[in-house]
Amino acid sequence: MTKPRTNPLFHISKRKEITLRESASIRAGAILLALAACALVTTALTGENPIAVYGTMWHGAFGTTRKIWILLQNMALLLCVSLAVTPAFKMRFWNIGAEGQTLMGGLATAACMILLGDKLPNPVLIPLMFVLSCAAGAVWGGIPAVCKAKWGTNETLFTLMMNYVATQLVAYFVIVWEVPKGAGKIGIINQSTEAGWLPQLAGQKYLLNVLIVAVLTGLMYIYLSRSKQGYEIAVVGESERTARYVGIKVEKVIVRTMLLSGALCGLAGFLLVAGTDHTITTTIAGGRGFTAVMVSWLAGFNPLNMVLTSFLLVLLDRGAAEISTDFGLNHAFGDILTGIILFFIIGSEFFARYEIRFRKSAGKEG
Amino acid sequence: MKKLIAAVLAMALCLSLFAACSGDTGGETGEVKVGFIFLHDENSTYDLNFMNAAEEACKNLGLSEDQYVFRTNIPEGQECYDAACELVDDGCTIIFADSFGHEDYMIQAAKEFPEVQFCHATGTKAHTEGLENYHNAFAAIYEGRYLAGVAAGMKLNEMIEAGQFTAEEAKMGYVGAYTYAEVISGYTAFYLGAKSVCPSVTMEVTFTGSWYDETAEKEAANTLIANGCKLISQHADSMGAPTACETAGVPNVSYNGSTISACPNTFIVSSRINWAPYYEFVINAVKNGEQIPADWTGTIATGSVVLTEVNEAAAAAGTAEKIAEVQAALTEGTLHVFDTASFTVEGAALDSYMADVDTDPDYTPDTEAISDGYFHESEYRSAPYFDLQIDGISLLDTAF
Repeated sequence: MTKPRTNPLFHISKRKEITLRESASIRAGAILLALAACALVTTALTGENPIAVYGTMWHGAFGTTRKIWILLQNMALLLCVSLAVTPAFKMRFWNIGAEGQTLMGGLATAACMILLGDKLPNPVLIPLMFVLSCAAGAVWGGIPAVCKAKWGTNETLFTLMMNYVATQLVAYFVIVWEVPKGAGKIGIINQSTEAGWLPQLAGQKYLLNVLIVAVLTGLMYIYLSRSKQGYEIAVVGESERTARYVGIKVEKVIVRTMLLSGALCGLAGFLLVAGTDHTITTTIAGGRGFTAVMVSWLAGFNPLNMVLTSFLLVLLDRGAAEISTDFGLNHAFGDILTGIILFFIIGSEFFARYEIRFRKSAGKEG
Repeated sequence: MKKLIAAVLAMALCLSLFAACSGDTGGETGEVKVGFIFLHDENSTYDLNFMNAAEEACKNLGLSEDQYVFRTNIPEGQECYDAACELVDDGCTIIFADSFGHEDYMIQAAKEFPEVQFCHATGTKAHTEGLENYHNAFAAIYEGRYLAGVAAGMKLNEMIEAGQFTAEEAKMGYVGAYTYAEVISGYTAFYLGAKSVCPSVTMEVTFTGSWYDETAEKEAANTLIANGCKLISQHADSMGAPTACETAGVPNVSYNGSTISACPNTFIVSSRINWAPYYEFVINAVKNGEQIPADWTGTIATGSVVLTEVNEAAAAAGTAEKIAEVQAALTEGTLHVFDTASFTVEGAALDSYMADVDTDPDYTPDTEAISDGYFHESEYRSAPYFDLQIDGISLLDTAF
């Protein structure tokens, strides 16, 4: 005896294609739902007016010219690290060592500023810092890549562990260079001479960083979508076997791409230390190496989309800080809101990729 | 076209009204607006101590809620400079920062905004930077540590009398953060306070390499207890050491505030800095158009160095009375914590010591600190600079 087959309540199937309009409306819907959920949570937990909270977030991000510059600067640095990890991700090489690669770049920059600050003039010193910081990042990214290419080691664990080695190296050098003795801090390097400091353009502290990353975004887009190397990365990412079959040297592509990825992280470290903070600490990368993973994924590894996703994450972060100041709420509350918004946005990716079809009526066989 | 002109005019009117309004709140009342920058938030005992003081000071001076702004979780990097500038944009005329690593970024902002007063707690550079609007502050917390040390020594005496151990076995343990002058000054003062009532006492010090690392501090305290330390004190900001003491039943002299609720059986007393007097001093000075000194050192007399209530359940009998007596001698100036007659370095008493008071990357000793028979702590700048390794104290590790 056979049971009568019943149709399930709904089917989930992969979308063949999605129009721009559909995808935009799904994402806009997600953001609206997220804002509504945040409003409910805000009212329930704090009793504050959610519209006022959103207004404050907006003000925190765009309230003054200075706030806009800070937003752009934070965005530039996050985007720089995100651009750095993207070629590796596109190759399906999970580089989660961007934090350490950035730190190594920063450490190389700081070392030049401290050791050579009074020996070389800025026009010589700054290019040297740039080259060495990219090289330091490249070495830090290259080691796991070589091991992966030669012995098939797990790159996720390897790159992650390299972060801790980098943190401890920085901690060591902080104690070597600390001022005053025992303080465990280096403080601003060359504050009086500004040796090794990136120049200010048009009187704007952060303009140069923003411009450099803007150019980098364009270059990375062209590299990934128009160059032969970019194509090789995509093929290796899709299928290593196919890549081998068509004659791509997979090992070479892995190492080359990770050297690039690490070098760009090193560049981010260089911009952080020489461009803005002018010091080195174990926490200077500020988790950007990990946030970058989200920026890159959310943007579907497209550098132009990453401008939007990094903007969104920095906007949420700056807004959250403003809420804690204005409403006297703990910083964690801003993080809760950020979490809710990201949950909806990441969730919307599912609906953009899959469609759900509900059972029309009972008994009808599909 | 007329409509357009009308619209533009209406908008201009609105904007000018708005500008006039915002102008009023800033200028006319002549009141101050104060910005506070904190490294963490209220979950850190260190920052909580500053936040409570800031609130107390603003309340005491009758500042309304829109006259002060708290910025929490500001790291010791460019974010501090940005936060300070944003506070200036927001109309603040006084800006305080609470963490050592904020200093250089505060100086950078101070150079950019000469009309705003920047006051930095625990920093060392104000007296050498020579900026009119940049100031350091600290408190003579070594005096508080000394008093807490007296309480510790009395506890040791009580335990010796009770036959728990001999006078020679009276050893204390101290969990420090870094081998920084502030920590060295603190533990030496604590040791000298204990030694003043229990002459045979010795002390072991270990360092964690972090201002806040609960696990490391707990482990450090446990190591010291296993080494035979009969009493523990600490200079780091977590509950690691006090809770380790409570678990092991070893008396603890705390820092930053009372830990009695978590450690009812072992907490003796705690010293802490009260920052409210400094905040009030600065705000009043700005209100009255008076100069703020480059360095300000709070004392017992200004109410900046305070001790919590003694926990009678754990402390030796008569501790509170003895503390009051020693405190009086300190305020009168008849007693000095770093009296050269009370300590030796490598077996010899000191009559001269060049301290590193002016901060430089080579740690160059630059200022004679010993005169009139004692080491003049926190006089040539507010932040401590006593960094001598005196006899009777052994350091377990100096990696940090």
